[in-house]
Amino acid sequence: MLSEPLPCSCGLNHIVHNGGLYKRPFNEAFEETPMLVAVLTYVGYGVLTLFGYLRDFMRQWKIEKCQNATEREEQKDFVPLYQDFENFYNRNLYMRIRDSWNRPICSVPGAKVDMMERVSHDYNWTFTYTGRVIKDIINMGSYNYLGFAQKAGTCQEAAAKVLSQYGAGVCSTRQEMGNLDKHEELEKLVARFLGVESAMAYGMGFATNSMNIPALVGKGCLILSDELNHASLVLGARLSGATIRIFKHNNMQSLEKLLKDAIVHGQPRTRRPWKKILILVEGIYSMEGSIVRLPEVIALKKKYKSYLYLDEAHSIGALGPSGRGVVEYFGLSPEDVDVMMGTFTKSFGAAGGYIGGKKELIDYLRTYSHSAVYATSLSPPVVEQIITSMKCIMGEDGTNVGKARVQQLAENTRYFRRRLKEMGFIIYGNEDSPVVPLMLYMPAKIGAFGREMLKRNIGVVVVGFPATPIIESRARFCLSAAHTKEMLDTALKEINEVGDLLQLKYSRHRLVPLLDRPFDETTYEETED
Amino acid sequence: MDIKSMKNYLYWLYCQFELITCSYLMEPWEKLLFYSFNITMLVMVLYIAYIFVPVHITMAFQFFFFHENL
Repeated sequence: MLSEPLPCSCGLNHIVHNGGLYKRPFNEAFEETPMLVAVLTYVGYGVLTLFGYLRDFMRQWKIEKCQNATEREEQKDFVPLYQDFENFYNRNLYMRIRDSWNRPICSVPGAKVDMMERVSHDYNWTFTYTGRVIKDIINMGSYNYLGFAQKAGTCQEAAAKVLSQYGAGVCSTRQEMGNLDKHEELEKLVARFLGVESAMAYGMGFATNSMNIPALVGKGCLILSDELNHASLVLGARLSGATIRIFKHNNMQSLEKLLKDAIVHGQPRTRRPWKKILILVEGIYSMEGSIVRLPEVIALKKKYKSYLYLDEAHSIGALGPSGRGVVEYFGLSPEDVDVMMGTFTKSFGAAGGYIGGKKELIDYLRTYSHSAVYATSLSPPVVEQIITSMKCIMGEDGTNVGKARVQQLAENTRYFRRRLKEMGFIIYGNEDSPVVPLMLYMPAKIGAFGREMLKRNIGVVVVGFPATPIIESRARFCLSAAHTKEMLDTALKEINEVGDLLQLKYSRHRLVPLLDRPFDETTYEETED
Repeated sequence: MDIKSMKNYLYWLYCQFELITCSYLMEPWEKLLFYSFNITMLVMVLYIAYIFVPVHITMAFQFFFFHENL
């Protein structure tokens, strides 16, 4: 069924069916920055920059004590190390609001977390612990999508048993003596979970990307990477030595243009055809909360005969009716994606990453991946945590807990996003993504939001430059299946208060409040055509 | 309690000014410097307006309505 996008000048993408590729509505919105807010943000940054120059001047002329890193006296005539913008930003802007980051927590990062209180007497250059522990802070910052970060329960008991059997250390790489039977069991389970032929697990999620992309592509290949890809994908692409071209974020016209140019013109100087074209996308982009347009990417990939590498770090376990990720969310077949990568850090409460795909691909990676040859393999209790949580999600442990958690996460996501939009905040991203970025824009509000929320016993993650563009700083909430409705209501009430206090309700589109529709098993079935 | 809500509203406005100009993040001596600069500029602008605006309005009025008296 082809339906036209609703005529709307506000840039919101309502229900879009592109030639029948999408089986469910794709609601993604990135509201434009209001002009006044942008101007005032620049004013704020301007004032801070002026004061930054003043402070640097005072530090240079020894009027003020210099507490940051500088060159030694003997090296003052060498090429200066700390004069670029990043170091200026670090000294003068980041230091002022640094207390919102690196907060030490001292309990399991579940739905509620304990935090050690710290104060600074010299404006965030040094911190001292008061000794008090702030208890039961509602945790809106941990990547705990299905709530498996627990210190009691089946996962923890299984992991403790394996710890007493195998110990914690592996002391070798996969290729030498570090290949345990637990790893083989995990890989078979992951392959079954994803619906692929074979899978391989690695010790670190970041290293999975950065060490395996160089094994897949090399010089003479082309990588088409999304604008907002994660640092691990960018690092892997650069390490591989292939040519990298960037397409606009989630923009299929831009991707198609690049593919057409690549096929028509070939390699830059010699005009030979590219050996391989690899498209790098992520399932959910964690800074924007947007979901990749996977049906269109796969259609393009098939048309232009290229390969697809899908990084499901945030979307595995969090999307789809049974938690199998973004491929299941769109109702596609896992065989269309050539390399399915993901991490165990987010939804499974463990650490590490995996790559799934055809058997030949995984056998090749077992021999040629840097991670397999040089990196220590996964620790056995961590492997057991992944195995138990994955079986729980699949329903193989005999209970309904996994399915209930996936549904609870979807319900929490819809509810939280809708309530925030009704309150009038600017929220980026797709309706179904459990990552909720709330725009703050001004630099003083970044620090103020983090501090005010902590005063009200809610822990949030605020993000500024350089992780985001300089005026688009945001607070990023990560929802969890472990959050109950009462916790979300408390959090929403406090966010409302802080939003009024700091005047963060910039949105110019007010949603009409809907009656709360009860979420039941038929909700996913309703949206299919 | 109209005075109290008025005072709260003024305090809230002051907080917004602090957040927008990032003086919320400044150390006390920086705030002093910033505010004294701002207040000096504001006082100068108001003084110049007080001196010159009536003269300018009178001259403009004469130019547009009473040509023969110039």
